Amino acid sequence: MSRTICIDPVTRIEGHARISLQLADSGEVEDAKFHLTQFRGFEKFCEGRPYREMPALTARTCGICPVSHLLASNKACDDLLAVTIPPTAEKLRRIMNLAQLLQSHALSFFHLSSPDLLLGWDSDPAKRNIFGVMAKDPELAKQGIKLRQIGQTIIEILGGKKIHPTWVVPGGVNEPLDSEKREAMLKMLPEALTIAKDTYGLFKTMVPKFKDEAEHFGTMPTMFLSLVSPKGQLEHYDGFIRIKDAQGRIVEDRVPPSDYPRIIGEAVEDFSYMKFPYYKPMGYPNGIYRVGPLARLNNAESCGTPFADVALAEFHMLQEDSGPVRSSFHYHYARLVEIIFAIETMQRLLKDPSILDTRVRSRARGNRNEGIGVSEAPRGILMHHYKIDDAGLINWVDLIIATGHNNLAMNQSIKQVADAYVDGNKLTEGMLNRVEAVIRCYDPCLSCASHAFGQMPLSIELKDASGTVIDRLVRDA
Amino acid sequence: MPIIATQPSVRVVTLRIDGQDLSAREDETIIEVCRENKIPIPSLCWMEGLSVVGACRLCMVEVAGQNRLLAACATRVAEGMEITTNSEKLQRYRRTLVELLFAERNHVCSVCVSNGHCELQWLANTCGVDHVRMPYRNSGYAVDSTHEMFRVDHNRCVLCTRCVRVCDEIEGAHTWDVMGRGSDCQVITDLAKPWGESDTCTSCGKCVQVCPTGALVKQGTSVGEMVKDQHFLPILARRRSAR
Repeated sequence: MSRTICIDPVTRIEGHARISLQLADSGEVEDAKFHLTQFRGFEKFCEGRPYREMPALTARTCGICPVSHLLASNKACDDLLAVTIPPTAEKLRRIMNLAQLLQSHALSFFHLSSPDLLLGWDSDPAKRNIFGVMAKDPELAKQGIKLRQIGQTIIEILGGKKIHPTWVVPGGVNEPLDSEKREAMLKMLPEALTIAKDTYGLFKTMVPKFKDEAEHFGTMPTMFLSLVSPKGQLEHYDGFIRIKDAQGRIVEDRVPPSDYPRIIGEAVEDFSYMKFPYYKPMGYPNGIYRVGPLARLNNAESCGTPFADVALAEFHMLQEDSGPVRSSFHYHYARLVEIIFAIETMQRLLKDPSILDTRVRSRARGNRNEGIGVSEAPRGILMHHYKIDDAGLINWVDLIIATGHNNLAMNQSIKQVADAYVDGNKLTEGMLNRVEAVIRCYDPCLSCASHAFGQMPLSIELKDASGTVIDRLVRDA
Repeated sequence: MPIIATQPSVRVVTLRIDGQDLSAREDETIIEVCRENKIPIPSLCWMEGLSVVGACRLCMVEVAGQNRLLAACATRVAEGMEITTNSEKLQRYRRTLVELLFAERNHVCSVCVSNGHCELQWLANTCGVDHVRMPYRNSGYAVDSTHEMFRVDHNRCVLCTRCVRVCDEIEGAHTWDVMGRGSDCQVITDLAKPWGESDTCTSCGKCVQVCPTGALVKQGTSVGEMVKDQHFLPILARRRSAR
């Protein structure tokens, strides 16, 4: 008698999703699926709009990482204009991207995932949230909030507002940086670096406690895809696409981002509104790969900043063999390394005297009918691809969002976790929380909303084949 | 020897607006007197320097002794008039009118090049439109981007016809006109040709500058960058009428 367990909604993620676990007669998990239950339709309703509206339009995809869309979209528009943006504009865009990375990673680690890590997977769900973290370790919670605030404030200083700034425009940015703003940002960064290093140090000591989770949270062999700089270093704004396989061998390297359609295909399944990107030469679904902090650190040879390079070396030691770090549990670790990298790099860029140059925008009209913009969002590589008519109106859009790249991996990961922890004959809340927690490792951004931390209603039902509820767990809002 | 301007033989009337005793020339309209005396009355279709059409109905006022509301832009002042410009009823009507404008077409401010510099947005703010109570029509309108320098987005048009009037009365080209009825009504260039193919458009840009929203904009502007300059209009209009 087959039965289905449904976790709906999945909590402490950005957006709306549910997980269903199909059980065999024996109670073992037969299949696991991650369903994206919301539909947005950006690729369709952007058609007919002027391409210059695209950065602001597509930024509305998300309230957590609008800067990522703003940048990828503007890069696609730069491509349509066929211009090279001024070097200072590129540096300013990089700073905003790193500030976004900082605030988003802080949100993921402190607000969404630290309740599991600090309070325990089986702890009281009523307290397993940021408020529970505040009660147990107020200083840590305060630091997490502070770190996110610093990232958001830098975005505000540069772009005029924290969410959906319009300062980045096709051709560069619309206003140069002044020294007062530069000083304001530089003043905040030492505190941010101290918090980041302290948190990294703390988490490093906690990792051995999660040996079991590290062994079962998405350790399947997959490829890793990310941007790297021309020198093979950690990169978030530009560079080339690199793909490594599960053994760490380079499968693709120095692929220009505009060449992504050659290597990435998108499959569709009827159980989710999220597409399933795959590596084309290996076909679907064998062409599974992961993106995001784990992939970026696995692919990068170095970070290029002092503390982050030390942390990167320690990150590689998480894997006992010489291959890439395979457990998705270590996304958390990778996020902390990237936070350090982001702060150090912002400091370097802001101290560069040329950052105050006033030439920050190249002006042109649409000179091409097709443009591709690729950058690294906090959750992984993000691709915007537009086609316009001769009058500059959009007639085709393809957006491949970072979380989408991880779709195949997330589905396999929940199957692995469910196999290891879920006993279909008797459900426990902690058991299912682990299934949710593996999804949180990927920090999926399913829309633009991060809902009340752990307070959303959660109803899990265990049904037999006739639909009779044989067990039920309810978490009230 | 200085030229002495001839004084027109216009009488002066006295009237009361919102309890304030005022005097005005008898050939002035209520909205002109209000503007001179810094009494705020919202308007979209009225613009100093252009003819009056009284289309938007946002400047409706209450006049004592009248059993209906009157458009301040289309009503001349008269001796002893008592006018109320901002009663609760008027506020309610104005808010509803602005909401209807938002519901009719697709004014998505957040992605508009005129965001932050838009008269409709300012009106919504002034009239307290924090949400729209009627269902949006969600009908898609075309964007004409064929002109080398300018673009028209009919989704953001409020049919104030300022563009039609400035093109006809000031520039003298009469490129713009209005076509269709009801919700199909829209401004057109020439005989509904794409703007870029217009034979009559002089590309002067006056229509773009007087447009209150992001319907008529310059090419090459990004979100929030379209700032309009309308100072030229009263000067040109005065010079034209002095001919």
